Amino acid sequence: MGLLYGLIAVGLALIFGLMDVTNFAHGEFLMLAMYVTFFLFAFFAIDPLLAAPLVAAAMFVFGAAIYIVIVRFAMRAKANIGMVQIFTTFGLAILMRGLAQFFFTPDYRSIPVSWLGGKTVSLGGIFLPVPQLVGALISLGAFGALFFFIKKTDFGRALEATREDAGAVALIGIDKNRVFALGWGLGAALVGLAGAVMAMFFYIYPDVGASFALIAYVTVALGGFGSVFGAFAGGIIVGLVEATTALILPPSLKSVGIYAVYLLVVFIRPRGLFGSI
Amino acid sequence: MDSSFAQRRRRDLIVAACLAVLAALVPLFVKDVYVQNIMVLTLMYAALSQSWNILGGYCGQISLGHALYFGLGAYTTTLLFTKFGVLPWFGMLGGGLISALIAMALGYPCFRLRGHYFVIATIVIAEISYLLFLNWDWAGAALGIDVPVRGDSWATFQFTRSKLPFYYFALVFCCVAWLVTWWLEDSKWGYWWRAVKDNPDAAESLGVVVFNSKMGAAAVSAFLTAIGGAFYAQFVSYIDPESVMSFHFSLLMALPAVLGGIGTLWGPVLGAVILIPLTELTRSFIGGSGRGVDLILYGAVIVLISLARPEGLIGLFSRRRKGVAR
Repeated sequence: MGLLYGLIAVGLALIFGLMDVTNFAHGEFLMLAMYVTFFLFAFFAIDPLLAAPLVAAAMFVFGAAIYIVIVRFAMRAKANIGMVQIFTTFGLAILMRGLAQFFFTPDYRSIPVSWLGGKTVSLGGIFLPVPQLVGALISLGAFGALFFFIKKTDFGRALEATREDAGAVALIGIDKNRVFALGWGLGAALVGLAGAVMAMFFYIYPDVGASFALIAYVTVALGGFGSVFGAFAGGIIVGLVEATTALILPPSLKSVGIYAVYLLVVFIRPRGLFGSI
Repeated sequence: MDSSFAQRRRRDLIVAACLAVLAALVPLFVKDVYVQNIMVLTLMYAALSQSWNILGGYCGQISLGHALYFGLGAYTTTLLFTKFGVLPWFGMLGGGLISALIAMALGYPCFRLRGHYFVIATIVIAEISYLLFLNWDWAGAALGIDVPVRGDSWATFQFTRSKLPFYYFALVFCCVAWLVTWWLEDSKWGYWWRAVKDNPDAAESLGVVVFNSKMGAAAVSAFLTAIGGAFYAQFVSYIDPESVMSFHFSLLMALPAVLGGIGTLWGPVLGAVILIPLTELTRSFIGGSGRGVDLILYGAVIVLISLARPEGLIGLFSRRRKGVAR
């Protein structure tokens, strides 16, 4: 579970941390990805596992489009840019939730049979549900690829440079909007991957994103803004803390542990664990 | 320059007085209970947003956890009344004081954080208390508390037959929040806050005690928000954690100020007057379908206003004024 939080969070970290843009609609991106997975399954009988790359690709296009159509303009604001971003994306989140209710109805849906659903595997006597295990493996792979991508490719460097100083970057011929649109696409693609995996073992309904979004913000902040590795580490910590809290406190209070750990970390280290901003 | 500022402040005061008198006369002509209900909510949100604006707008400390103070106000009042029979008026004051104290206690560690880290800390703190109240049996847990009806009177601040007393209280509350902001705007605190917002390091070097200014803003803001919470509890006479302490509510409180014009005197009022009736009307006229059309409209309006008027709708007015002056 922690790795999945990590995967959701790392998509957000990319948008939130690396580009310094707040995205309050991240949970709704996840919701959309889960619905896409569901409909691919329902209409074309494509297993979520196969659908994952398709969903990621679709979400890439969606994320980039959202940036170009909406967020690009929010970044132009001269005054209180942070608030404009928060509330533009918050409005977007409400809009998406409304659209989901309209087109998909508020019913709870789930994917009843998939290749991996309901199966467990025994690892040295500990039984693990296969979908979660595969999700964890996919997350690990995606992290590795992303880490390489950010640190080693021209695009990754362009992304970091653009956040640092958009003006200077423009001078050497990099189009800020193109870089950021790609960044949004990539962030959305990662959450698409997470959504496809989660559709295997979670109910799908219009508000599903809300419960994950807050934890994703906390994960990103816990790891520290501007650090992909931080989001990864944050995801694992959040997963572990949640599991531990669930042992001690009633299940309805399991998030309290995560929040408390976040507060503890930032009070001691105001930049999160691995943050650079 | 100085005199034009004084002039503007005097004009603001006169405009506010005229608007208040107008608002006080409206119920003489509008008898429809449904419309009155919307007007009460509009005034309440204007006041709440005004309180949020003190910390978020003037001092620049974006809190998305104000539902905590609202909830504390509501719960203090209701719990004192239902469990100990203390009149809501004392509960209201008590809730305000508790909230102000808690705001300062929380501010002590939180105000060291900056930017996103601060915003997320405010969300997380409010969320923790939301979850705790959700599981606190003595305080009604997830079921919430019904405020028992003891007959209509000002002493218990309960009116089952008419919404007018609530309307006038909300109006007074809104005026008080406005006046406090108006007064603070030209006080030592107001200047400190704006300095802290623009550049905390520079402010500190010029002798503004940044930490204390933030604490002051938080205390005033929390106190007023809690009064709003106490009022809301009396108005709907039923509270549960979901309706008074959820994260969504924190955003709703900040929204009118942001859309109207953050850090301005009139922004929250303008934002509330536009936003709240819109929300309520769309909800009751097209929200009944259960298909989320009201959410689609509401979300679209927020996106459009944020994009078209990043400085807030108040910008429309100041531009026109400048045009006239020329």
